[in-house]
Amino acid sequence: MKIVIIGNGMVSYKFCEKILSKTHATPPQITIFGEEPRPAYDRVHLSEFFAGKTADDLLLAPASWYSENNIRLHLGDPVQHIDRENKTVHSYKGINESYDYLIFATGSAAFVPPIPGVDKKGVFIYRTIEDLELMRDYAPKAKRGVVIGGGLLGLEAAKALLDLGIPDTHVIEFAPRLMPRQIDDAGSRILQSKLNQLGLEIHTNKNTSIILGDDTITGLQFADDSVLEADMLVISAGIKPRDELAKLCGLDTGHRGGIVVNDHLQTTDPAIFAIGECALHNGMVYGLVAPGYEMAEVVATNLSSGDKSFTGYDMSTKLKLIGVDVASFGDPFTGRPIVYEDTMKGIYKRINVSDDGKTLIGGILVGEAEAYNMLLQTAKNKVILPPNPEDVLLGARGGATEAGPGVLGLPDDAIICSCESVTKAAICQAVEAGHESLNDVKKCTKAGTCCGGCVPMVKDLITSTMKAQGKYIRNVLCEHFHYSRQELYDLIKVKQLYTFDEVLDTYGQGDGCETCKPVVASILASLWNELILDKGNDTVQDSNDRFLANIQKGGTYSVVPRIPGGEITPAKLLVIAQVALKYNLYTKITGGQRIDLFGAHLSDLPSIWEELIAAGFESGHAYGKALRTVKSCVGSTWCRFGLHDSVSFAIQIEERYRGLRAPHKIKSAVSGCIRECAEAQSKDFGIIATEKGWNLYVGGNGGSKPQHAILLASDLDSETCIRYIDRFLMFYIKTADPLTRTATWLNKLDGGITYLRNVVVNDSLGIANELEAEMQSLVDRYKCEWKEVVDNPELRKRFNHFVNAPGEKDPTVKFDHLREQKKAAEWK
Amino acid sequence: MEVTTDTQKEWVLACHTTDVPPNGGVCVKLGDEQVALFYFARRNEWYATQNLCPHRQQMALSRGMTGTQEGEPKVACPFHKKTFSLKDGRCLTDEHECSITTYPVKVIENKVYIGLYNPVAIM
Ligand code: SRM
Ligand SMILES: Cc1cc2nc3c(=O)[nH]c(=O)nc-3n(C[C@H](O)[C@H](O)[C@H](O)COP(=O)(O)OP(=O)(O)OC[C@H]3O[C@@H](n4cnc5c(N)ncnc54)[C@H](O)[C@@H]3O)c2cc1C
Ligand code: SF4
Ligand code: FES
Repeated sequence: MKIVIIGNGMVSYKFCEKILSKTHATPPQITIFGEEPRPAYDRVHLSEFFAGKTADDLLLAPASWYSENNIRLHLGDPVQHIDRENKTVHSYKGINESYDYLIFATGSAAFVPPIPGVDKKGVFIYRTIEDLELMRDYAPKAKRGVVIGGGLLGLEAAKALLDLGIPDTHVIEFAPRLMPRQIDDAGSRILQSKLNQLGLEIHTNKNTSIILGDDTITGLQFADDSVLEADMLVISAGIKPRDELAKLCGLDTGHRGGIVVNDHLQTTDPAIFAIGECALHNGMVYGLVAPGYEMAEVVATNLSSGDKSFTGYDMSTKLKLIGVDVASFGDPFTGRPIVYEDTMKGIYKRINVSDDGKTLIGGILVGEAEAYNMLLQTAKNKVILPPNPEDVLLGARGGATEAGPGVLGLPDDAIICSCESVTKAAICQAVEAGHESLNDVKKCTKAGTCCGGCVPMVKDLITSTMKAQGKYIRNVLCEHFHYSRQELYDLIKVKQLYTFDEVLDTYGQGDGCETCKPVVASILASLWNELILDKGNDTVQDSNDRFLANIQKGGTYSVVPRIPGGEITPAKLLVIAQVALKYNLYTKITGGQRIDLFGAHLSDLPSIWEELIAAGFESGHAYGKALRTVKSCVGSTWCRFGLHDSVSFAIQIEERYRGLRAPHKIKSAVSGCIRECAEAQSKDFGIIATEKGWNLYVGGNGGSKPQHAILLASDLDSETCIRYIDRFLMFYIKTADPLTRTATWLNKLDGGITYLRNVVVNDSLGIANELEAEMQSLVDRYKCEWKEVVDNPELRKRFNHFVNAPGEKDPTVKFDHLREQKKAAEWK
Repeated sequence: MEVTTDTQKEWVLACHTTDVPPNGGVCVKLGDEQVALFYFARRNEWYATQNLCPHRQQMALSRGMTGTQEGEPKVACPFHKKTFSLKDGRCLTDEHECSITTYPVKVIENKVYIGLYNPVAIM
């Protein structure tokens, strides 16, 4: 069987891949003619060309792949004539090739509306690598860029102009709103305001009538006679299927373009097929890659003694536009809408419910599209909605039940990965067959390998399937350690191991990675409280711990000296000011009642700390998963309502637990009365003065999921309060998963606060003494780690940017100015 | 296809073996270029790459954490933890991220040399 394919774009390549994977009595002989100079590349990610990808990076497969698979590939050689009677094609370079089956995979071209002046210099289209090369070369001359077309591709082109360094970029849309085919007016308004923030000017309801300029574009004139000056224009007004050759040889084409095909994707000549963007099926041209891949699958199956039909394709789309998520699925415009709109955060969500309220017809998501996959599947599979359909949009409120039926509730044939058409059943089967990691499932099903949008759902399916099989999902660290953090903590303690290498040799395999190294480093620090940069443990610390400072945009660091309880003398304030002036640091009062000095070069850190330490400061551990601040209100020393001296108690507590390393950072606060000015109930442990003593609260959190702390014990004297904190913190350190704050840990703890209270207050496990003793030994071993570095010339050497030019600063570090101080230069 | 032979490489002295922390990295200044040099003490292997992380264009990879993934040596950028293979420079966490340039390394008598293909670039 001789197959000739016209066009070597994305769908052509996919067809080859598919037909090769089927079984044949005799392998088909495949010949491809491609008009472009290079083999098929990833047009979907074309814009990444401007983000530094090369044409080679974008190739779907190198030329060698075709020859290895016995496919003859003629590049830069378009087919010019087809002789249907003798079943031969004739190419530009003069090759004649006969076929049994001919496949059109000619894609489409950019549609250029007949506006006078489109041929001027500075006017571009956006379809091929060559188009992008032309734009890239022209852009440095341009000051204002304009894109005609506010659809999917137009907005992508506008982003490309911004990436090319043209800050003044405008989008012209003929319709009254952006992305008129995918989203409604309200969604478009939100999208527009988000794009405005990014520096794009949007003009809707604008009809371009002339492109101005002599031979080079100078501007656009619109039907309303207004004019917009411009020196670069990208036209992205839609696509035009490449059907000219089909027309020429007498095949039926649509009057608005496209080669007419039936459900087998056969044209009016049964020996000739059309797939991808050039095909017109049931009145539709599909301008997306997934339906094209499905068409490739249908023809590959039918040419390999299978039987398959193409019955249309869901045009749901999700894309990330310049950092704004936009998704539209099913029928975005009809049905009974339920709408959620947050103009503050720029979020718009709409779902359309069927008249009987039972199923989802479609919807629109702008600004936040995490729910896209689940909603799409709910709509596609006509999953019955919960009694309050708004729950699928807003989550179940008030009750503890999960909204919607969850991933396992989807039917087996639900398509999870639409690019590669992988069903739920295929993924579950792969998991059941033992492919239990995302990578394995990707490899054996191809799910999630194209656009990646379905990856969160694939992950959900993996865990749900494993749970359904009754498998205990072991909470192991990573490929190097098959233990949970808690198990490893106990093992390291029993075996008395002190370095990462010892731990790896004893309990792990391989060489470690960025997941397990910081975890082990943190366990070692929690157990032994030795200098974290000692014994070769420095390179297993998270980057911030390794350099005892938080890395900032641009690669400089911040310096945060400890200011216990927020109390500081004027003399010490002076020292901070002097140091900041001397090393040119940006200063700011933090949300944690202390002062942060930003913008320090790596090689300056030891000298800065040397000066601070000499004045009585010590490390604030702002870089560590360690105790941060113990905030305090002013308390009874000054405040007319204060019941106890909250500042003194806060200082006592901060000094007790300073430097204590834990699975995550720990924060605390002490308030002098129930007015709670120190916000103690938002801390990992918080203390509030009462008439009789202190109330101790635990498990509070700020951050993205704020949670109030829960009362653990009331009216404690100072000494008991500290003993309970010792027990609470040690118990947390021993049992929490990596990077889990006390709030999350407590939420997951079986028995919750009642259990914790039993352990800490009633000593139900009989370990209270042990916990206190362990804490005391950590407290006794505390040393300021910056002081140790400052005093140690060998360690100081590590704080240099260049190993072969010590002291020399990284010349790529740049600063800007803002309100009389410096700030980090914006990154790309 | 360009063929590169060993003679086209310029071996530049970077530093001494003891300058590099075991299982960690340092940044080497070679003319105007910054090269990240890594020492896998456990495997006694040396790797060198560009110091610039392509993600946000930060001079940071030398401060990243080294490790392996199914035996393949890699480094994780300190900024957003994108990881790159030290063998061929491709990004392991994000197939759409650009690759980084890798350089050959050789050690002679406690001195570490980095092989540059294009000596002109460092003049
Ligand atoms: C400097 C400061 C902002 C400020 O200018 O006020 C700040 C700055 C940073 N915060 Fe924060 N946070 C600061 C107070 C807070 C607060 C308010 C507070 O502590 O009262 C919170 C919410 C309270 C809480 O933690 O429960 C806060 C919640 C976070 C979180 C989210 C934690 C969570 O549980 O969700 C992170 C991310 C993390 O730790 O993983 C974070 C992470 C960060 C990091 C370390 C991000 C990073 O890796 O670069 C920032 C760099 C600090 C630096 O020095 O370079 N920061 N951060 C504040 C320093 C306080 C201090 O003196 O140490
Ligand atoms: C910037 C951009 C972003 C996109 N983003 C997305 C996205 O996010 N999601 C999505 O699903 N889709 C996206 N698309 C659309 C997607 O790229 C197309 O749907 C897909 O490439 C169609 O594949 P195809 O093989 O049908 O056509 P093409 O990839 O266009 O390939 C057709 C090939 O045939 C060649 N050809 C034409 N005539 C002849 C001839 N006579 N002889 C020989 N060769 C010929 C053409 O030169 C071309 O190389 C995007 C497109 C662009 C341009
Ligand atoms: S909590 Fe408020 S009122 Fe009470 S002591 Fe502190 S500052 Fe005064
Ligand atoms: S800058 Fe390296 S991962 Fe973002």
